[in-house]
Amino acid sequence: MQNSYTSRKLTRRKTEEFIVVNLLRLSGLISVVTTIGIISILGVNSIPFFSEVGLKEFFTGLKWTPLFIPQNFGILPLVNGTFLVAFIAAITALVFGLGSAFYLSEYASRNFRKIIKPFLEILAGIPTVVYGYFALTFVTPIIQFFFPETIIFNALSAGIVMGIMIIPMVSTLSEDAMSAVPISLREAAYALGAKKYQVALRVVFPSAISGIVASFILAISRAIGETMIVTLAAGGKPALTLNPLEAIQTMTAFIVTVSQGETQQGSVEYNSIFAVGLLLFFLTFIMNIIGRLIVTKYAQQYE
Amino acid sequence: MKEKFFNLIFLLAVLVGILALVVLFVDIISDGYKHLSWDFFTSYASRKAENSGILAPLAGTLWLISMTAILTIPIGISTALYLEEFASDNWFTKLIKLNVSNLAGVPSIIYGLLGLAFFTYTLSLGKSLLAGALTMTLLILPIVIIASQEAIRTIPPSLKDAAYALGATKWEVSRTVILPHSIGGIMSGIILAMSRAVGETAPILIISSLVFITMVPSGPMDRFTVLPLQIYTWAAFPQEEFRAIASTGIIVLLFILISMNSIAIFIRLKNQD
Repeated sequence: MQNSYTSRKLTRRKTEEFIVVNLLRLSGLISVVTTIGIISILGVNSIPFFSEVGLKEFFTGLKWTPLFIPQNFGILPLVNGTFLVAFIAAITALVFGLGSAFYLSEYASRNFRKIIKPFLEILAGIPTVVYGYFALTFVTPIIQFFFPETIIFNALSAGIVMGIMIIPMVSTLSEDAMSAVPISLREAAYALGAKKYQVALRVVFPSAISGIVASFILAISRAIGETMIVTLAAGGKPALTLNPLEAIQTMTAFIVTVSQGETQQGSVEYNSIFAVGLLLFFLTFIMNIIGRLIVTKYAQQYE
Repeated sequence: MKEKFFNLIFLLAVLVGILALVVLFVDIISDGYKHLSWDFFTSYASRKAENSGILAPLAGTLWLISMTAILTIPIGISTALYLEEFASDNWFTKLIKLNVSNLAGVPSIIYGLLGLAFFTYTLSLGKSLLAGALTMTLLILPIVIIASQEAIRTIPPSLKDAAYALGATKWEVSRTVILPHSIGGIMSGIILAMSRAVGETAPILIISSLVFITMVPSGPMDRFTVLPLQIYTWAAFPQEEFRAIASTGIIVLLFILISMNSIAIFIRLKNQD
């Protein structure tokens, strides 16, 4: 009697275990299905676009006017605008993020770091629409004060504000890289009579360079995919320009512009946002992979 | 001399970040505090700035977040539990882990495109709350999974080993040891992920397009707007008055986010004791 009770209980436990394991595995699959879903949705909707427009015009055309007649589908102006803003953002974030990383890793006391880091992290948690508002209503007037010829919508304002947003990301990644540099390297330099700034710039910086480069790449990738700041502050005019005081349009801002209206599903304008999305996905995907590869590779360097 | 110079330069870099934060808050509060009143919370958007309020977007945000939480929490925790405790160390597990960290880096607007093509059109959910919540779920799932994994990983192996030594199965160990001990960390991670969803604009804008909504949603199939989307609409108007109420909306949004973050920090600190 006792025996059959335990064996029944054992079977029940085994069945329960079996069901649970498979349920959990199923939820793990959802993330894989999401990736497949993203790639196939972007791909499937891009095919009619590319068969109508052609890859050659898409990648080499110099005009992007899908919403006007005559329609032109050269992606270069959008790519130009995207990278112009992303570059300004990445430089801004690198200057202040790297400086912060030097201070937090080499100079700051433990207590100072503990207090200041959460405040820096807040920057990364503020919604991008708030930054967009800030760029448009606060930073742009300041830029216009110094350069009166500046257009209301311009790449510089959006880029600077986006840079501020990604300071914490660059700072954290760079600080991690710097903290991974062994103390013994620093001590060797001190023993030779080096000053603190010399240790920071000539020992820690070169030793942590791969991590810093990775943080720069990941920052650009983050900036390329950012949407609301550029939609609000950088304008809606695709332009082949390197002048940061002019209006441009990024890939993300174009997708928003089309989606704002009620676009007919299946029209070439509707399909064009998926083609732009596909390019955006691949650009960020490749940069993220490169950035992460560098981070993992350098992490093993001093182990 | 040079030593002091570099010390100062690096300190200034830190202070620029902090200063930007302070300026941002001061700018928004000084622009927006005037319009902050009870009426602002109980009125719908209007063609006149002074009559406009955030009733519809506030209700939309609450609906969206509740639905997203219901969908995300079980899937996120299950995936983390699977990856940390159940999965054997094979190529499939590695693939899922790599995939989760890659998904976390996909721009949010891409999730919007996925939602538009798949949920809105293929599944015919339209521009509904459900389509929005499903999209948001996919967007924040990687964040919830990664946070839950980290919480689960902090459990000392000795606790689990003790339970295994008594003959417990993996699921029994998960239920009685792992989840009770990591629930604090998991909850604080989930709240942070939810606060990310509260502030997201782009994917919702793609799915629901710009709408003038003057009703509170009454079910998951209703059309909706959310707080950041309403802020975007107002900020994009050229008129000064509308930009001012955009900043009033931002004050409310930031207040919600700061509250959520404080709760998350509180849970984390309480859990450390």
